[in-house]
Amino acid sequence: MIAEFGYGIALVSFLVAVYSIFAAVYGATKKSASMVESARRAMLLTFPLISLAAGALIYLLVTNQFNVAFVYEVTSRSMPTYLKVTAWWGGQAGSLLFWSWLLAAFTSAVTLRKWDRDIEFLPWVIVVCSVTLVFFLGMVIFYENPFTRFWLVNGSVEPHMFAPLNATIFTPDDGNGLNPLLRHPGMVIHPPMLYLGFVSYVIPYAFAMAALITGRTDDRWIRLTRRWSLWAWLFLSFGLVLGGRWAYDVLGWGGYWGWDPVEIAAFMPWLTGTAFLHSVMIQEKRGMLKHWNMILVILTYALVIFGTFLTRSGVLSSVHAFANSPIGPLFMGFVSTTLVASIALVIYRWPTLRSETEMKSMLSREALFLLNNLLFMSILVVCFWGVIFPLISELFTGQKVTVGPPFYERATAPLFSALLFLSAVAPLSAWGHSTIQTLGRAIWKSAAAAAVVTITLFFTYTNKIGALIGFFLIALILFVTFQEFWRGTRARQQAQGENFLTALSRLMGRNRRRYGGYIIHISMALMAIGILGIELFQTSTQGALAKDETLTISGYTLQYKELASWEDRGEGVNYTRAVVDIFKDGEYIGELNPRIDYYFDSQQNMTIPGNRSTLKDDLYVLLVDWQPVSAVGATFKVYVNPLVNWLWIGSLVFLVGIVFAAWPDRDPAEEPARRSVTQRANQTSAADD
Amino acid sequence: MQRNKFILGGLLILAAVVYLIVSSTQASAEYFMTVDEIKAEGSSAVGKSLRLSGAVMGDTIQYDAQTLTLQFDVAHVSGDNDEIEAQGGLAEVLFQAVNDPSRQRITVVYNGPKPDLLRGEAQAIMTGHIGDDGIFYAEELLLKCPTRYEEAVPEQSASNN
Repeated sequence: MIAEFGYGIALVSFLVAVYSIFAAVYGATKKSASMVESARRAMLLTFPLISLAAGALIYLLVTNQFNVAFVYEVTSRSMPTYLKVTAWWGGQAGSLLFWSWLLAAFTSAVTLRKWDRDIEFLPWVIVVCSVTLVFFLGMVIFYENPFTRFWLVNGSVEPHMFAPLNATIFTPDDGNGLNPLLRHPGMVIHPPMLYLGFVSYVIPYAFAMAALITGRTDDRWIRLTRRWSLWAWLFLSFGLVLGGRWAYDVLGWGGYWGWDPVEIAAFMPWLTGTAFLHSVMIQEKRGMLKHWNMILVILTYALVIFGTFLTRSGVLSSVHAFANSPIGPLFMGFVSTTLVASIALVIYRWPTLRSETEMKSMLSREALFLLNNLLFMSILVVCFWGVIFPLISELFTGQKVTVGPPFYERATAPLFSALLFLSAVAPLSAWGHSTIQTLGRAIWKSAAAAAVVTITLFFTYTNKIGALIGFFLIALILFVTFQEFWRGTRARQQAQGENFLTALSRLMGRNRRRYGGYIIHISMALMAIGILGIELFQTSTQGALAKDETLTISGYTLQYKELASWEDRGEGVNYTRAVVDIFKDGEYIGELNPRIDYYFDSQQNMTIPGNRSTLKDDLYVLLVDWQPVSAVGATFKVYVNPLVNWLWIGSLVFLVGIVFAAWPDRDPAEEPARRSVTQRANQTSAADD
Repeated sequence: MQRNKFILGGLLILAAVVYLIVSSTQASAEYFMTVDEIKAEGSSAVGKSLRLSGAVMGDTIQYDAQTLTLQFDVAHVSGDNDEIEAQGGLAEVLFQAVNDPSRQRITVVYNGPKPDLLRGEAQAIMTGHIGDDGIFYAEELLLKCPTRYEEAVPEQSASNN
């Protein structure tokens, strides 16, 4: 009953979304405001409708309706209720419905804004969003229906939406349950974060297409969607970080990122999104790179759809597998159709997208931004090449050849280093024109300080050349950025006679995007410290220990004390937990409890590390095996991951920076009234954001 | 003049990226091979960087917790996806591979913690190389258990009401 209701509502929302496409196109071409309004209302209706369908699905999940195939696949009786709710996005069919729901919510939010002089965009924004929504709802209704139930037909069980002839409904006793690896708080919020990021990018894309269709190709669409792109970027970045944290906490290999095709699929839209974030500033300030921004937003949209498909199709280790799913070709068809149509629009409007000024100086801010964009695109090309290389090599040589993490590390390391260098230099260059001399004057103090740090590290910490280059770049960014804060604040203090803190907060408040951006640069430098630490200095050891025996690694001594194993029938888990005492330089500093959890429903182990985290390093201990009978021996794998905590600290700083930049303030249109004050405060800094 | 400088700069970046991609690809390419292909190639496969996929034989899994040495046999499964689909999907193909005594097998040795997903009829995807002894020494071990995801229809032994 509930299943039919959910399916019926999903079908109705599909039809409503289809209607809104036609009404919007008709309204826009016939200049009928009432038709556009009708389309807008239809669009607004999809959100409550999909919410109802989603509510039905959640009801089925929470009440253990295992006759519904999706419920059977992703839940089991032993799962707590909150996990049953989050199982909504734990499988493909549900996550497609989740995607549709988010898209309907965002589109509703955007169509509810005051349109005033931008009303001509409205029908086309509705068209683009509705087409996307129709595609996803179509997947849900025709191919990946989460409401399908099991039927007993002539003695065999078959999944169908509606009762076949002479069939009775079939209800299994218990469900398969969510993969234990996914029963982690990080995994509960990681997919929705990624999805929020993915879906938010539909909105800037929709406005870009509206601008192309209506021919209003000035930077209005960029200004209208600036916040959307920032929030999209926030969610996407946060989703990626959470995924890394989850891997570190749960996967038990002492790492956080494995260059898996699925990870790369989520990383690629981030790359184009980040490039877009930078290059729109050039269009706003200098009226340049208009074609390029269009192409970036189109690529981001295409990669978002592609990424949604890859991350949730159950494909975990091979790109080849994506032909497995019946929806694969449909996704590829949708991505290529929208890509071709969008590029065709860009070509059609090509002449109106010409730059208003010419790029003159190789060291000007805009040239450095362009270089930043090229570097992001280069990393994208490397990633894309890595993902499709097996297909290419098979096509041309007949032999499947694949590339693993070493490929990505080798090929992207110089590109990431160049990006770090740029984020130190670019804030110091001026729009329009800069020379080696002006840049040199602005940077030499920071460079000297960074060199001192690097030399100190050479004598005290490491003599690895790659690490030293990395630390130099990180120190350079930090010094340059702090100097920028300092200089802006000092100038404001002198101009306005404010005290330091007032000057600093007003300076930042008046230039949210600029100073938010600087905070983000700092966070990137901090994250780079963590990445350098774990990539270049990770050490590991392993050993089987009897009671009170010890194992030593990098100044730490581990002593195995005891082990307990118990069953929790209610949760359906058997826990095995070891107690290990930790000593540093002979002094007791605490105990760690690495665990192995065995899940009965899926007959699977989950290895939970014991982790002691400090700013200097993480001691990461895995319980690998134990001798059940005598309970005297246990085997451990131990990693020391230097500096990795900075990766998580950097992520938090990053959040602060982007929320600061994206936080709603006065409408930018009102800003010119304040211009003179701001400009005065900025006079001595090299450029005006 | 200005224009040429920018074009030159762009070309330099392009060249650098192409160089990075080509050299990194060459340095880290892994050849996808099936058990049958490795057996057919014999000694010429020794030492090459390989990526091997096979069905895990459950009763051959041995784990020495003292040295963290894991050893198991994998049976041949096709590397071609269309073929796997034609034979009834990955779960079915793995089941058949494990239960077919005429399939070629290869012994795998891996050093490290025993992966949580390792069990009979799992698909193991390993990177590593073949030793002179014909054993596959895996440096990386990925496992897929397709049953849980794809076997949408439950066993009929459950009650029906």
